Amino acid sequence: MTALALVAAKTVQVTDLNLYYGSFLAVEDVNITIEPNKVTALIGSSGCGKSTFLRSLNRMHELVPGARVEGEVLLDDEDIYDADPVSVRRRIGMVFQAPNPFPTMSIYDNVAAGIKLNHRRVKKAELDEIVERALRGAHLWDEVKDRLNKPGMGLSGGQQQRLCIARATAVEPDVLLMDEPASALDPIATLAIEELITELKKQYTIVIVTHNMQQASRASDITAFFNIEAAGRPGRLVEVDTTEKIFSNPSKQETEDYVSGRFG
Amino acid sequence: MHTPPQHKTPVDSPPRLEPAPAVAAPAAPARGRPPLPVAARRLPRWAPWAAVAAAALVAAVLTGLRLAPFAALTAILGGVGLYAWSRVVEGARHATDRGVTYAISAAFALALAPLVSLLWTVVERGLHRFDGQFFTWSMRGVIGEGGGAIHAIYGTLIITGCATLISVPVGILAAIYLQEYGTGRLKRALTFFVDVMTGIPSIVAGLFAFALFSLFFGPGIRLGIMGSVALSVLMIPIVVRSTEEMLRIVPNSLREAAYALGVPKWRTILKVVLPTALAGIVTGVMLAIARVIGETAPLLITAGVVTSVNTNPFDGRMANLAVFAFNSYKSPGVPPEPAIDRAWTAALVLILIVMTLNVVARLIYRRFGTEIR
Repeated sequence: MTALALVAAKTVQVTDLNLYYGSFLAVEDVNITIEPNKVTALIGSSGCGKSTFLRSLNRMHELVPGARVEGEVLLDDEDIYDADPVSVRRRIGMVFQAPNPFPTMSIYDNVAAGIKLNHRRVKKAELDEIVERALRGAHLWDEVKDRLNKPGMGLSGGQQQRLCIARATAVEPDVLLMDEPASALDPIATLAIEELITELKKQYTIVIVTHNMQQASRASDITAFFNIEAAGRPGRLVEVDTTEKIFSNPSKQETEDYVSGRFG
Repeated sequence: MHTPPQHKTPVDSPPRLEPAPAVAAPAAPARGRPPLPVAARRLPRWAPWAAVAAAALVAAVLTGLRLAPFAALTAILGGVGLYAWSRVVEGARHATDRGVTYAISAAFALALAPLVSLLWTVVERGLHRFDGQFFTWSMRGVIGEGGGAIHAIYGTLIITGCATLISVPVGILAAIYLQEYGTGRLKRALTFFVDVMTGIPSIVAGLFAFALFSLFFGPGIRLGIMGSVALSVLMIPIVVRSTEEMLRIVPNSLREAAYALGVPKWRTILKVVLPTALAGIVTGVMLAIARVIGETAPLLITAGVVTSVNTNPFDGRMANLAVFAFNSYKSPGVPPEPAIDRAWTAALVLILIVMTLNVVARLIYRRFGTEIR
């Protein structure tokens, strides 16, 4: 895969997925098809397994000691749990809740990190182009183009998060996972991120975890609602449908209670 | 309690609006609590110093300026005096605060006293021979006056340098194993033994190196590198400990960010974790060097005693500052004064080297230390 190959977004097909921490079943029996070039929002109360599920989609889940997975996750038609986890993560990128630029690296190096750290041989001019494209894609280019060699930690929180998005998109993954990407940001930075998400879906399959239901209704096409019956019970995928339907006329009572704010 | 006629501190003018009796104002709130007392009376800023000075005066009269009883009495009287004064003027809470602050400061001064005394003595006695000859001559053929310690300075730098070369890779790799890879029993066992090694007496490290080299080269062997091995036995656990600590404070989110980019674990450690912790690791190594550079006992039995310059750690005996100082003091010859002066100067040079290392370590940390959230 060359750096410049234009990657068509891919479908993620999840079948009978059970997620464990040791012997504790954290998320039970998830079946969902994540459509390409759409934004899929995962909503649900805290501790219901949204993030755990998200992290199982690029095999970050198993970095926790004792964590394991049963079931099948297909990226188009390849089972990611048959593949090498490192190569899976190269194709399914992730943006985290708190912005986490590498503190030792400049803005430029942060964006180029996915390429440089993987030792892909790329010419300087080509790398410049990739960095610029990723930063433009993250709506950050105009703000940082004059200080690409300054440390990434010097940016504001919202800028840092967009830098992290640029870092994740610079390696041109097939799928982009976002774990509450705007929860640490103010409303204006949040809006910028949401606009960015809407734009990014032209190129990527996007899955976003959010606690903010307005955000889910604004930024996503499909919404999946997770719930948990009681503390200590596994989380379940209750319902998945178009965002419009989930927020206006969901088919399950549980979902309606949640989105109308009656609990959780 | 009464309001003082004039306020000492300038900031509290607003409370003046409600003057006179602070307690039990007639218009007390319904809950029946007295209103907040207005601008309490405070001791002047110089009060602690005044208390100590007064105590010193009294102690001087009582003890006739004999140092130990004078200092002890001053400290006690000053504390008691300050507490009582504050209790009368400021009330119980402020008095407790002042008393505890005084006790902490006194404990700090007590801890500092030996250090200051030691530095003073070493500088005072070491300056006699702190001259050009000391840094250019060895002791080869020198009897009595003159002579220098260049052979010992070279030896110290070479032996410690080799010890660092041995310890740093081993220590850092061990720390990476413990922090990034190790799990379960093996990790716990290794951590335990590193802790034990931190506490082994240095002479044991010396005997270990001596025994090790005697196995290969026969008894009586003395080499600079033997000293390095002995020192690295002491250094490795310190390097492991400090590096482990530094790796631990690298936030996990950075590792995850790298993994999510599809970076393999070993490269994440090499390119993200280590650079982030680098300044701290370097500082730890510097402090480990400072810790072993003054070792005497293990070097006495491994590197030996010699009077001429030897810069090859693999060939014969090698002098060093600590052993040089010890040996000059132990067998000064006749007359003893020149040798004893040289011993003090060697000690001074050693202290200067250690101080330089400490300062450099701190500068490195301040200059290159990464801001870790």
